Amino acid sequence: MPQFYGFPILSWITFLPILGMIILAFIPSGKDEISKESTKKYYRWLTVGITFIQLILALIIFFNFNYSLGGINDPNSFQFVEKFTWIHANFPLVGSLNIEYFLGVDGISAPMILLTAIVCFVASFTSFGIQKSVKGYFAMYLLLNTGMMGCFVALDFFLFYVFWELMLLPMYFLIGIWGGPRKEYAAIKFFIYTFVGSVFMLLVMIGLYFSYQIPDPSNPGSFMHTFNLIAMLDPANLVPGSIFAELGSNIRFIAFVVLFIGFAIKVPMVPLHTWLPDAHVEAPTAISVILAGVLLKMGTYGMIRIALPIFPEAFASSQWWIAFLGMFAIVYGALCALGQFRVGKRDLKKMIAYSSVSHMGYVVLGLSSMTPQGITGAIFQMFNHGTITAMLFMIVGVIYDRSHTRGLDDFGGLANKMPIYTGITTVAFFAALGLPGLSGFVSEAMVFLGAFSTYPVLTAISTLGLILGASYMLWALQKLFFGKLPEKWQGPWDPTHTKYKTDDVSGIELAGLIPLAVIVVFLGIFPTTVTDLMVNSVNHFVDFMKPFVYIGGI
Amino acid sequence: MSAENILIISIVILLLPLVSFIINIFWGKKLGKLSSYIASTILGIDLILAILIFVNKVFGEYQVSSFIKNGINIITNNEIIQAKINWLNIGNFNLNLGIGIDNLASIMLIVVTLISFLVHIFSMIYMHDDKRFSRFYAYLGIFTFSMLGIVLANNLLNMYIFWELVGLSSYLLIGFWYEKDSAANAGKKAFLVNRVGDTGFFIGILMLFSVFGTLMFDDLFATIGSAETITAIANGSIHLPFGLDYQTYLTIAGILIFCGAIGKSAQFPLHVWLPDAMEGPTPVSALIHAATMVAAGVYMTAKIFPMLTADALNFIAIIGTITAFIAATIAVTQTDFKKVLAYSTVSQLGYMVMGLGIGAFSAGFFHLVTHAWFKAALFLGSGSVIHAMHVAMHNAHDHHTDPQNIFNMGGLRKNMKITYITFLIATIAISGVPLTSGFLSKDSILAGSLAFADLTGGLAWLVPIVGFGVAGLTAFYMFRLTILAFHGKPKTSIAKETKENSFKIVMPLVVLAILSIWIFYSPNPIDANSGWFMDKVKVPTSAVPIEYQRPSMIYEVALNHTLGEQAHSATEFEESMHHFHLPAMILSLLIAGAGITLAFLIYQFKIFNADNIEKQFKPLHTFSLNKWYFDELYDKTAIAFTMFVAKIMSYFDDKVIDGIVNGFAYVTRGVSKITGIFDNVVVDGAVNLVANVTGGLGAITRKLQTGKVQAYVALAFVGIIALIFIFI
Repeated sequence: MPQFYGFPILSWITFLPILGMIILAFIPSGKDEISKESTKKYYRWLTVGITFIQLILALIIFFNFNYSLGGINDPNSFQFVEKFTWIHANFPLVGSLNIEYFLGVDGISAPMILLTAIVCFVASFTSFGIQKSVKGYFAMYLLLNTGMMGCFVALDFFLFYVFWELMLLPMYFLIGIWGGPRKEYAAIKFFIYTFVGSVFMLLVMIGLYFSYQIPDPSNPGSFMHTFNLIAMLDPANLVPGSIFAELGSNIRFIAFVVLFIGFAIKVPMVPLHTWLPDAHVEAPTAISVILAGVLLKMGTYGMIRIALPIFPEAFASSQWWIAFLGMFAIVYGALCALGQFRVGKRDLKKMIAYSSVSHMGYVVLGLSSMTPQGITGAIFQMFNHGTITAMLFMIVGVIYDRSHTRGLDDFGGLANKMPIYTGITTVAFFAALGLPGLSGFVSEAMVFLGAFSTYPVLTAISTLGLILGASYMLWALQKLFFGKLPEKWQGPWDPTHTKYKTDDVSGIELAGLIPLAVIVVFLGIFPTTVTDLMVNSVNHFVDFMKPFVYIGGI
Repeated sequence: MSAENILIISIVILLLPLVSFIINIFWGKKLGKLSSYIASTILGIDLILAILIFVNKVFGEYQVSSFIKNGINIITNNEIIQAKINWLNIGNFNLNLGIGIDNLASIMLIVVTLISFLVHIFSMIYMHDDKRFSRFYAYLGIFTFSMLGIVLANNLLNMYIFWELVGLSSYLLIGFWYEKDSAANAGKKAFLVNRVGDTGFFIGILMLFSVFGTLMFDDLFATIGSAETITAIANGSIHLPFGLDYQTYLTIAGILIFCGAIGKSAQFPLHVWLPDAMEGPTPVSALIHAATMVAAGVYMTAKIFPMLTADALNFIAIIGTITAFIAATIAVTQTDFKKVLAYSTVSQLGYMVMGLGIGAFSAGFFHLVTHAWFKAALFLGSGSVIHAMHVAMHNAHDHHTDPQNIFNMGGLRKNMKITYITFLIATIAISGVPLTSGFLSKDSILAGSLAFADLTGGLAWLVPIVGFGVAGLTAFYMFRLTILAFHGKPKTSIAKETKENSFKIVMPLVVLAILSIWIFYSPNPIDANSGWFMDKVKVPTSAVPIEYQRPSMIYEVALNHTLGEQAHSATEFEESMHHFHLPAMILSLLIAGAGITLAFLIYQFKIFNADNIEKQFKPLHTFSLNKWYFDELYDKTAIAFTMFVAKIMSYFDDKVIDGIVNGFAYVTRGVSKITGIFDNVVVDGAVNLVANVTGGLGAITRKLQTGKVQAYVALAFVGIIALIFIFI
């Protein structure tokens, strides 16, 4: 199925938010206070509407997905493909520039598209609390959305790079304008970090462009350079004598490391992670949700789609180290999260940011195992971490909006004041600590099962994450909800009952939380709903990587 | 009943409590007190179905067959009826779920559903005034569901899933009164301590799966000792993790999985959570922390019994023995009613584990069942007392007396006759006095311990020594408890005012006390072997290669020539156990009798002064009263160390890693400042210099440009003159 009944569904799902942004730009902000308030509503519901249509499109992709097609390195088994020449220009000195508009989906990107659509939809409800220049916020929000979606559907490296950069800009403003007290610092830190990654990526990308060639369709018999990511997986397309032509050469290894670092910053892998806690702490709730829910996954997605399969032999020679870094992130992130209880301000949001570092470590560990179950677990963990951590950040947002503090020491005994909130938080926290019956367990278990056969010692050490994860999660749960309610929160959150009608979590917040909670429970019991999407692609991927990498065990 | 129907019914049994949970968690507030009736009815149905399964599986006939229907693989043989279904399938990687009903499971079904049902009834009164009444029933529902899941598991994955869910429900129920910090702390402690054990369990699962690719008990057992596996390992086509040899690998895998049991069954060194768990409502203590959940570890060990090597079994026996001993010595000095029972539970669990470890499989499991009844009776009895004390305190407007301290009780015998009698029966049972179930099971374990010591020799004699010693201690502290609480004169006015509770509290006590009588297990009150239990629960055949098995437990397969078929003779261990039956019985009677007598002499007749004894053994008494300082030890070592490392890491992250990042930024800023200055002074300076020079020259030359024609003409004239001079 090259396309969906002739309908360019991937272009729609990608560029729909930009369309929404344009519509949004034409809605006047209103002159007086009352009309300003009412237009705020338009902006909000327009965004909800756009992301909802996007979600529907993602579901159409999901339900029409052909499970038997593998993708990865086979251009014919990608689905919903849209491919035509975007830029084809000849320059006198550097030669021709060929960039394709090439979109397609396989089992690796399909879950990510679904995740992006879900998270963007629910986070648009979370954005309702934004009061400062609402129009600009939602415009940036929608632009960000396009950038993220584009990254997951692009199959041309240049196009991928464009989307990658496209998402950087709105993110910078979203943190820098709508963020907390140290927003400038966090925004610049985020920007510079990611930009360094982009520069690394750009360097390798240009090198790759000149190292690969495919037959020129417009000029039979001749060849042209290409950014086509699928063509880059076939060593037969290498230009003899070009910079990356020789498999196993040092320059390829360096290129792999550089490219890998570019993606690792995004994941983020220890020790390149310190932008994350700052960005999370300062970002507004919805942006934290997107950041943790989708953005981090682009790093690991980039590894699977680009870095690993293009440089398989270079990956193989650093495989143990990458597994080690995964293990290290799991334990280190968990310890830092736990350390929040004894050091400094005991910021709940910072704790959850570190838990993200830990949980993304599972993804890296799973990937480096190169077993089908490890990689499926890794991708599934990306999905589950997306939904669970999105919930966690929403939960922080709920309490922060009401109390204007995130310090764990400021709370206690909220269970009786906010019973529904307590229930949902319990589900989210237990999902995060890997309780069976909830989705996080399945992916973590698969990662462990896969990784153990390749790297038993590293995996055994990683299981420390299970204990540490439970420790900080339960600690936080107790600090928030159990014990006695502090004097200052005895009264209602909002005595005037204008913003919050009851003390418990509000309807619009539940609109974000409930769908995620349902997904988390559902996938805990029926994980195949999502894992079936990837089975073929992952097997394909492992077969492709097999000649190069180390796979232990059975 | 057909195997299929048994499977369907067992799934219904499993799911009904979940239904109860869902009803009560979502609609509990609206239902109010009705929620308890709904939940209890559901559990009642569950119990009836469980009895149905029990009768049909253990005593009934069913067709042995195996077939696949709707993707469900149904396998039946004489031991087990089971179903397997694929859950996750990725390439060569299959994760199956399934349920299986063997005799162990059928018996456990009864234990869990009956005690759960009785606790449901009991709680109607006990929890009557609680503001989260329906929530309590919801939690009981999810607990029962999870526990039944463990019971019905026919593979390690199911086991682990429900294992953790049981941990969750235990967490919720211990911390049920979360307004109290102590309750919230206890819940957290229980979950975390269990997590430590469960992580070992999980690594064990990983070890097995990475080698055998399956977690189904029957498939595992069939593969472990098979000739193909051994050849494959010998020629290197199967890699064992960590570079272990096969025997060590099997031993370590077994021990790691047993780590789960160490956590859940509160074995040394992870026993510390159980006494704290008494912060939960007393019916919960009866259900979870006495009869069912804590027994799950023992049950699991029984399930994996065939894959345990001799070394693993020895390890298990040692852990059980240490646990039994430590807990019994602590129980002797505790003053809190429930704490005494808690340590007694730990001690009895140690017995069961010890029983399994020494190879007395049936005896160990038998003790699990008998203990479930009498310990539930004891806990519910304590609940009855505490409730009566509460009511009396409420009537007297007293908020200070500790209703759980046994030194505030006394003389309850007269006020609470039924509670007293049932409590006494259960106490007699746990002390191992004949005519009770406890006598039968404990005696079998002790006989086993003697047989084990006799066959092994050397230090193994410590096992029976501790076993008998603990039996004496148990009799002593249980009667100490009974005498202090029920006998003598009331020590407080509150105790004097207590009244017997109503039917819903008393009825469960009576049922459980009745079940503590020998007749339900064996017609012969002094020999368990003549009963159905020992007949139906037989030690399973070991699955590990024969050279890794404990020699005394190997069946010698003798070919019976006259019949032409193979006949199993008893193992050396079984024969020895049989041989030691009578000595063990006499010895245990003497020791239990001594313990009981001592308790009466000290606490009833006051012939010895308890305070004097306490003073004489001051250091020992303090050591015991402070629970051997385990909590303090862990606080100062494991927890302090973890928090120290976490703190260091957090600091490191903030100062070093982020410091480097900010340092980079700082250096970059510094460099740009310098280049800025360079740019300003040098580059711009050079540019300006050029400009200045040009400007200066301009200024000089400008002076020549006067705009006066005469001057130009004069200059031109001078120039021409000069040119003429130069060129000519």
